[in-house]
Amino acid sequence: MYVAVKGGEKAIANAHRWLDEKRRGDPSLESLSLAQIREQLSLSVARVMAEGSLYDADLASLAIKQARGDLIEAIFLVRAYRTTLPRFGASEPIDSAKMRCSRRISATFKDIPGGQILGPTFDYTHRLLDFKLAADGDVDLAQSAEPSNDHMPHILDLLNRDGLIQAEETADAAPGDLTREPLSLPATRAVRLQALARGDEGFILGLGYSTQRGYGRSHAFVGELRIGMVIVEMMIPELGFAIEIGEIEVTECETVNQFAGSKTEPPQFTRGYGLTFGQQERKAIAVALVDRALRWRELGEDNLGAPAQDEEFVLSHCDNIQATGFVEHIKLPHYVDFQSELELVRQIRRDALSSKEAAE
Amino acid sequence: MMQERPLFRASAVGKSYGKQLGCRDVSFDLYPGEIMGIVGESGSGKSTLLNCLAGQIEPDTGDIAFDVDGTGLVSTLQMSEPERRMLARTQWAFVHQNPRDGLRMAVSAGGNIGERLMNIGARHYGNIREDAIGWMGRVELEANRIDDRPANFSGGMQQRLQIARNLVTGPRLVFMDEPTGGLDVSVQARLLDLLRSLVQELGLAVIIVTHDLAVVRMLAHRMMVMQKGHVVETGLADQVLDDPQHPYTQLLVSSVLQV
Amino acid sequence: MSATPADAGDGYNFAYLDEQTKRMIRRALLKALAVPGYQVPFASREMPMPYGWGTGGVQVTAACLTPDDCVKVIDQGADDTTNAVSIRSFFARTAGVATTESTEEASLIQTRHRIPETALREDQLLVYQVPIPEPLRFLEPRETETRKMHALSEYGLMHVKLYEDISRHGHISTAYAYPVNVGGRYVMDPSPIPKFDNPKMDNCPAIQLFGAGREQRIYAIPPYSEVKSLDFEDYPFDRLRASGSCALCGADDSYLDEVIIDDQGNRMFVCSDTDFCGSRRDQGHVGDQSDLFETGAE
Repeated sequence: MYVAVKGGEKAIANAHRWLDEKRRGDPSLESLSLAQIREQLSLSVARVMAEGSLYDADLASLAIKQARGDLIEAIFLVRAYRTTLPRFGASEPIDSAKMRCSRRISATFKDIPGGQILGPTFDYTHRLLDFKLAADGDVDLAQSAEPSNDHMPHILDLLNRDGLIQAEETADAAPGDLTREPLSLPATRAVRLQALARGDEGFILGLGYSTQRGYGRSHAFVGELRIGMVIVEMMIPELGFAIEIGEIEVTECETVNQFAGSKTEPPQFTRGYGLTFGQQERKAIAVALVDRALRWRELGEDNLGAPAQDEEFVLSHCDNIQATGFVEHIKLPHYVDFQSELELVRQIRRDALSSKEAAE
Repeated sequence: MMQERPLFRASAVGKSYGKQLGCRDVSFDLYPGEIMGIVGESGSGKSTLLNCLAGQIEPDTGDIAFDVDGTGLVSTLQMSEPERRMLARTQWAFVHQNPRDGLRMAVSAGGNIGERLMNIGARHYGNIREDAIGWMGRVELEANRIDDRPANFSGGMQQRLQIARNLVTGPRLVFMDEPTGGLDVSVQARLLDLLRSLVQELGLAVIIVTHDLAVVRMLAHRMMVMQKGHVVETGLADQVLDDPQHPYTQLLVSSVLQV
Repeated sequence: MSATPADAGDGYNFAYLDEQTKRMIRRALLKALAVPGYQVPFASREMPMPYGWGTGGVQVTAACLTPDDCVKVIDQGADDTTNAVSIRSFFARTAGVATTESTEEASLIQTRHRIPETALREDQLLVYQVPIPEPLRFLEPRETETRKMHALSEYGLMHVKLYEDISRHGHISTAYAYPVNVGGRYVMDPSPIPKFDNPKMDNCPAIQLFGAGREQRIYAIPPYSEVKSLDFEDYPFDRLRASGSCALCGADDSYLDEVIIDDQGNRMFVCSDTDFCGSRRDQGHVGDQSDLFETGAE
């Protein structure tokens, strides 16, 4: 006896309720506070802000809590929220040369003006599980020194003075905005960098890795990696000047790559660039590697057919919100299309069998 | 017979890659039904020149013009990309040295030949198939291989398929890049015979690049000899081959084994 | 033209999208209607449901809705599949519009993978959810190339694919998302509707709108447009229908779902369009297995 099932609405309501229970977990335990997430899972928060394209640590923390720790789901929440926010305008470009660095290193020179500052990094830690943390131990504060007033110029600007490194183009035109205009190929470098900044860390990491292993051929050095606070300024038309509206933490990575030359220029070093919200070193470096690979045409290099050089492939697939939506959508009912495939296969087999019989 | 108006004109075409010279200052007119052979050793710049002429790469200097509709030469460099693409699909054809570059390997022989027909509106499966079978016959491919993919064909067969695919819509100008390169000598000879009869039958104008003087002897009315990017000698093919003037041409001619 | 905000609570604009966004989408829709079948790029917004789950259709619907509209949402032809339920309640919540399961009553129908069996009228809008808008996508993955092919009407490759099907199987072997030519010019992907539904697009009195959110494209077919499924003269388009009638209402010309009813693999065929089937049963039509059938409670 066939019973047609109805009740999708009730099923959905119940599913949501069960989800809420799972999110809460064991009710005898304290619920996570947003402040705890913001402070103690700050690198997750950084990723959600970066890929969500929205700088707000509390919102990102809320999203992480609501998403039960699934960072891509959290990024989705932040993006959807961002869509609803009114826009007042655009800030002035941030001046990362004026950054208050908590971390600043260069692999290309031993000593640099302003010094190499290690900062709060996992580098050089021994990856040994620390069971003291399980007991929620308190931590002694690190020793602090006087904040440095040393000027920290961009290292690559110094190389630039001798004309050794290819100069970056400056332009006054506003860069395209991927959240307001559809992606159009071929893309400008600004749009590419936007897409990469918003793009999935894992995907870009893999692509960056591939460029180091022969899929693309750029021997990259980290010219500079800096993490710290930069001021955000906005021009107010009524005042006639720009005012400071706040500050944000960013990670900036500039890579130096093998020298190239063109018909008109002798050899110079070339660059890759990566910039993200929050502390996200791995991402910033990977972005710089992929950025450099995607620049093959404007630098007069060969297309080696490497995936990281394929602009359409990289930009169409780096957005994890698009990716997860489409990948997961195959869970939705597709039985109507499947039915039509069934009918077609049946018809073709019928015809094949009957013509086989006719031939015999 | 040669008509008054040229079909194609190259004017001072040049292309270089950094300090490396590709080709330089090449000029000639081509008339309907004429076959121009461009010879030289590898590195002579002949392939660079062909790619410039056929619109595959952009020259640094000079102009290239084609008589699109019988009303006179029109510069192909000034054309919009859509116009150039249309030209490449209808009035021009390009036979690649490696047939894999000129075929869809994942499509059957019939589909490969039929594509250009379908591009210009052919919509009757049976007729398309008949046309494809007809062309397979003309290039001496067995009709029963019409549904096979080119990956299963020998090099010579793939080349024949490429030729059929290119000629099916009756182009007026065909560019050929070493069409017999990489084939066995006997296979080459038969392919050249085929090319010669097809070209004559269809009144095609051809620009063919080759390092093999025998090919030029068999096919070309006129020829150009290139050395290190420069044209060192031009003229009627028979005359140049029988009485070469430039020392380099003399060297080339004398090195060819007389059969 | 601008509508009043929805009831308090959420603080969202009518139908969720802000007015600027709706304006942008409407401009894209007008462009699309002016060039039937042409894919107009638009800046798809991140919506509260995932890409791939109908965001394109939802944005088109949100841009078209007015407070007087009556909305029907179907998925696989049914109103109560989970995603249809979810989208319908989204509009009920954010727009406060009336919703219905009746094709006849609806002024706007958003659909995934089917066209309703009931004939549509001039005062109705049909909004299709589209996953991959580009009909050439699986023949040519590069968008930079397919754009040129559309611009130059270079559709030979499409027919090569159909030719290959016939040479291999004796049939064109595309069962759904079967490509069509609109107004003799653009080749279009009608979304993954079964090819059975293709003829309904031709000369349709309703406006047909197509939204692909993730791929950021909108396209449209104005009323009474010519829509022809691609075929060969000697292998004409065949809409293919399983023989048989609906076991519940006896309809012999509707698209049927195959339902497996027991462990032995016994099957039953029922109308995919639940409203159509229900209406027929209300009018007294019966199928040959309707006595064996029981509508499950709630």
